Amino acid sequence: MSALFSAHLPAIQVVVPLISAPLCVLFRRTGATWLIALIVSWTSFGISILLLEQVIANGPISYLLGSWAAPWGIEYKVDMLSAFVMLIITSIGSISMIFAPNSVNSEIPDDRIYLFYTMYLLTFSGLLGITITGDAFNLFVFLEISSLSSYVLISLGAERNALTAAFRYLILGTVGATFYIIGVGLMYQMTGTLNMVDLAQRLPAVAETRTILVALGFVTVGIGLKLGLFPVHVWLPNAYAYAPSVVTAFLSATATKVAVYTLLRIYFTVFGTKIFTALPIGEFLLLLSLIAILSMSAVAIFQKNAKRLLAYSSVAQVGYMVIGISMVTATGLTATILHLFNHAMIKGALFLVLAAVFFRIKSVKIEHMAGLGKVMPYSMAAFVLAGFSLVGVPLTVGFVSKWYLILGALEKGWWPVAALILISSLLAVIYFWKIVEVVYFKPRPQDAPLIHEAPLAMLIPMWVLVGANFYFGLDTDITVGSAKAAATLLIRGAP
Amino acid sequence: MEIPGLLNYWIVIVLIMVGFYVVISQGNLVKKMVGLSVFQVAVFVLYISMSKIDGGAAPILDGAIKNYSNPLPHVLILTAIVVGVATTALGLALIVRIRDAYGTIEEDEILEQERNDS
Repeated sequence: MSALFSAHLPAIQVVVPLISAPLCVLFRRTGATWLIALIVSWTSFGISILLLEQVIANGPISYLLGSWAAPWGIEYKVDMLSAFVMLIITSIGSISMIFAPNSVNSEIPDDRIYLFYTMYLLTFSGLLGITITGDAFNLFVFLEISSLSSYVLISLGAERNALTAAFRYLILGTVGATFYIIGVGLMYQMTGTLNMVDLAQRLPAVAETRTILVALGFVTVGIGLKLGLFPVHVWLPNAYAYAPSVVTAFLSATATKVAVYTLLRIYFTVFGTKIFTALPIGEFLLLLSLIAILSMSAVAIFQKNAKRLLAYSSVAQVGYMVIGISMVTATGLTATILHLFNHAMIKGALFLVLAAVFFRIKSVKIEHMAGLGKVMPYSMAAFVLAGFSLVGVPLTVGFVSKWYLILGALEKGWWPVAALILISSLLAVIYFWKIVEVVYFKPRPQDAPLIHEAPLAMLIPMWVLVGANFYFGLDTDITVGSAKAAATLLIRGAP
Repeated sequence: MEIPGLLNYWIVIVLIMVGFYVVISQGNLVKKMVGLSVFQVAVFVLYISMSKIDGGAAPILDGAIKNYSNPLPHVLILTAIVVGVATTALGLALIVRIRDAYGTIEEDEILEQERNDS
């Protein structure tokens, strides 16, 4: 039984959340659907840990769906990188589900809450599917499962702007996904295969043809739209600002990370490092992400809504990850993969604090947060500590990933890039200080209603994430070890 | 002649550009959805064209049939059509809600109201 169970873990990981989603629609009761979502998230978290252990012990796992042999059937592939990214998704999912009930009950009408959990489970399974699949077209299907359900999640926001934000995301997201299948179609035309490992073997023979270079362009732009790469990030700030608070926390910590994962997969597993010499794609990405980390951090300074401010900061943070990719070195990729994990912990914690703030004062406008340091001391302390990590103060995870990123830049002799990364961190200090100043040094208005600290069910999840920020900042063995192993595999182009 | 052989691809390119242009240029949200659908359908045509060969029959195991068209892209596109239908349905549902909330489906009028809100 247990041998059978562990052999089918990759399929169970995707199928369980996928089947639980319609179950939620059948149950309809708020409590029951929450319980399903909670149990499924934690089960997946457990499976992710088991899979990571299996990968560390026995190397990559290849799982044939329905036992159809690999290049013809769909293959699920779990290697170091996908196991690591799955761990990020499931841990954030599990933590935000503990946090969710209070926040969701206060923000979403009672008769729609079961739909929230349904859509959450669909997004969750879509994201896991993207990470686990070894088939380029199957990836598109999971991409659309996760995207369509996240449009719905965003549109559940209380303000009417949530609807337009969701609609804009739908248009751009669909264009992105369609660009991706155009690219995959062109690759299929030249190689006759969709399996990523098989593609990697057949592509070199036709790598120099225009069709493949065009395919590469389409795939890059398509995934760029999904990951919020500057200048196609325009959907992101509104979507994050108007989505329900828990949705923002969950999506900001997982959705863009999975898009970065897809980019890594396509570039390094499918195309191999040779494409960076065939086309100036590294330089192109480097330029865009340098603009992103500077301009988006600067734009963040002028925001009046705290969620929007952090959304712009997310675009800048994605810039850091893409800089790591553009280096095409083991250190650069280590920094990217590390930052996937670290940024999920940072932004997860920050957005959860904002969710608690919204729960208490029904606003996340920075001016309304005046004096919260006194009335919500534990939440705000969590906010400040996670903020340290965002800026990259030593002892936090933010420092670890910036350290590797700058190390990678210096390795390549890119002094100006390292300098720009530091400047962008200083901008992060400024925009973060803006919130801290209001929270701690402005008095709460006299007529403000009396409020209390957030409930324990909210405090514990956010402090777990803050704790993770510091724990993995000190004990870097697990994260850096996994990231290095994954980066080395990618750079070697091993399947 | 090259052009007739590549006719499908030319049609694909034209349709993609038309669809994309409508998505960008139209301010009416429903027209945007129409453009998006044209854009997606163009990609379906691309996939279906690439698998068809001259004189190719359906892939049935029969001694009389020598040339097969590749069925796989057709199957892939079945999936993509489902995705396209879901996208269109969701987009239109959102438009209905947007009209309830704003009283209009013209993008510039919505933007103006949003500016007044903030």
